[in-house]
Amino acid sequence: MPKLRQGSWWRQPRVRNGLVQGLVLLLVGFAVIYFGANLIQNLQRLRLPFGFDFLVSKSGPSIGETLIEYSPTDNIARAFGVALLNTLRVVILGILLATIIGIGVGIARLSDNWLVRKLATVYVETLRNFPLLLQLLFWYLAVFLKLPTFKNRVQLPGPIMLSKNGVAFPWLQGNAATLTWMLALAVGSVLALLLWRYLIRLQIERGSTTQSWLWPLLLLIGVGGVVALITQRFPFEVSRPQVDNLVVTGGLQFTSEFSALLLGLTLYTAAFIAEIVRAGIRSVSQGQWEAARALGLKPILMMRFVVFPQALRVIVPPLTSQYLNLAKNSSLAVAVGYPDIYYVASASLEETGRSVEIVLLLMAIYLTMSLLISILMNLYNRSIQLVER
Amino acid sequence: MSLLLPKSPTPFSASSIVTWLQRNLFSTWYNCLLTIASLWMIYLGGRGLFLWMFSQAQWTVLQANLRLFFVGRFPIDQIWRVWCIVLLLCAVASLTVGVIQRSRILLISVGALTAIGLGIVPLGGGQGPEMIWVTAMGGVSLLNLLLGPWLKTHLPQRLIVRGLPCIWFLTVFVVLWLLTGGLGLSTIGTNVWQGLLLTVLTAVVSIALSFPIGVLLALGRRSPLPVIRTLSVLYIEVIRGLPLIGVLFVAGVMLPLILPSQVQLDAVLRAVCGLTLFSAAYLAENVRGGLQSIPQGQIEAAKALGLNPVLVLGLVVLPQALRSVIPAIVGQFIGLFKNTSLLSIIGLVELTGISRSILSQPRFIGRHGEVYLFIGLLYWLFCYLMSLGSRRLERQLSVK
Repeated sequence: MPKLRQGSWWRQPRVRNGLVQGLVLLLVGFAVIYFGANLIQNLQRLRLPFGFDFLVSKSGPSIGETLIEYSPTDNIARAFGVALLNTLRVVILGILLATIIGIGVGIARLSDNWLVRKLATVYVETLRNFPLLLQLLFWYLAVFLKLPTFKNRVQLPGPIMLSKNGVAFPWLQGNAATLTWMLALAVGSVLALLLWRYLIRLQIERGSTTQSWLWPLLLLIGVGGVVALITQRFPFEVSRPQVDNLVVTGGLQFTSEFSALLLGLTLYTAAFIAEIVRAGIRSVSQGQWEAARALGLKPILMMRFVVFPQALRVIVPPLTSQYLNLAKNSSLAVAVGYPDIYYVASASLEETGRSVEIVLLLMAIYLTMSLLISILMNLYNRSIQLVER
Repeated sequence: MSLLLPKSPTPFSASSIVTWLQRNLFSTWYNCLLTIASLWMIYLGGRGLFLWMFSQAQWTVLQANLRLFFVGRFPIDQIWRVWCIVLLLCAVASLTVGVIQRSRILLISVGALTAIGLGIVPLGGGQGPEMIWVTAMGGVSLLNLLLGPWLKTHLPQRLIVRGLPCIWFLTVFVVLWLLTGGLGLSTIGTNVWQGLLLTVLTAVVSIALSFPIGVLLALGRRSPLPVIRTLSVLYIEVIRGLPLIGVLFVAGVMLPLILPSQVQLDAVLRAVCGLTLFSAAYLAENVRGGLQSIPQGQIEAAKALGLNPVLVLGLVVLPQALRSVIPAIVGQFIGLFKNTSLLSIIGLVELTGISRSILSQPRFIGRHGEVYLFIGLLYWLFCYLMSLGSRRLERQLSVK
């Protein structure tokens, strides 16, 4: 038997792979050591110590808009906390609104009304093709700051007040009875759900309708009635913005920085989500529509039980990356002066000069946020996947 | 079968406008409502835009600052260099297009564009020299478009295939030489590269650099070697978890710290580094999609032919993989182009940055709408050209 020619020892796959990987590791290691040594040298030259103690020992930058109490005498760690809350506020609200608008526009792009379809197309194509930063600057400088001063504010019915300082509109406000209402409604919903499932099972067993939605609804209304009788109050009160000596109290107030950022981010991301939704719905094969129609389902039920669950499987993965984009793009807040994480980080850098620590902190915060969003969305994605045998 | 069915009338004749309206706008009661609501929105929006454009907007801000928008504070006596660059690019691009395909539409549109350009130049305050430059650009483009097909038939194929990339390669160096100076030209610092010039320059350089890095990262992520794979995944996922402005911030702050103290990187270079590092990670994911779409059989067949791993990649896998993800890659490039606007936040005076300094001129305070509309259209134009090019490229490279 002729011996297989094996070639020289270093050409054998095992050896070669090991060599290549060793070489890459060596190169990366060398780069890390080289850059690290430079870093240490430069930090020593600039007389900058390394450590995170400045976060608690030094006072933070001034922040214009806070959700929790903060004054520039507080330390930098608290400033970061305030900034994180600000970022989370715009990200969460933005994701909610962008999803709603995106789904609406996506469905409008498939509408059988020619005009609605074209309008939605124009919306998507316009918003997607201009840089987001430009849009944010436009909303802030050319729209919100062009509004009249607070003295000559625009008063819309509601009352909604629009002025240079921002937007104020009526909002629900909790009261003493809110907690009772919440608890009662939670218990009521669980009971109603159990009842509904029982009735459905009964319906399947008997083969005749049991009004499976009516009795749980009546149960919920009953619970509500009882709570209303006991507490004598509604769960929420409508709080309207009121002007007192040029100061707005009550209602929900957004500054123009926050409004511009939220509006810009939402409309921009919604344009991308609309395309994803459209592609998802289009991906459901025609046969599924026809089959649903043949079963005699009404259009809404057809959408709810046949088309949308299948479209969702196509929609969710790209939707996740749009949510991530929105979270990352919220860092453009610095362009409109909204104090988010990036804004506070660069302001703290200017005050303390501790670049390495702040860069690490910034990276850690954004990576954690991205990771959280993708974990949550992946969990959701898993729950809607097709269960196969 | 069909014989048994009763003959039904043609369900719909598209000839008349009334039936079209009925079908597309007023089919049901809620469609009527939607149509009326849409018409109302169009009316309101259109009226507002019309009123603003023709009564409130003052377009002189554009006319007075046209040069600033395009080249920023590039020295006026050296402005001929920028014109030279544009002329050179026109010449090379039109030659390339001319060689690749003969197109009468393109000839006519270039002629029309030149005529329009000649009409617009005086409106923007241009005089004799600008007119000559525009005429030269149009003339050279037309000439090259005509020359291309002739060259294709009269020169050997190999010379053209090798020659065009060489010409492009040389052009890059000539452009860089014209921009920076040296070798007989006065030197120009990067701090006067501003406006659209800087936007296009950073975008082109970042695209050119990030593409090979992205391909390498994608290959690394698909590599069977665990060390290389882990490193690639780590890099890609960390960069993709950060916002671009954060990456630019890191590049701006950390690069001077991790390099030896005698190396001084200027701001443009640091920004290009940041853009490249960022874009490469996203490109890698796009390319990976393409790599995954190549069936294993292709690789096995290539190996069976006796190709070594590098040739398997270069001749079989990559051409197919890259071709299948052209739209995604160009989409990424378009994103990169739009993202150059973020450089204004870290202090570079590119198109968005120059608009800020124009808006701070006392004469033009508050003219945000006009300026943003204009630079928005410039961004849009470039993005549109890129997507047009991508569609052409896709058609050119598709398997016949």
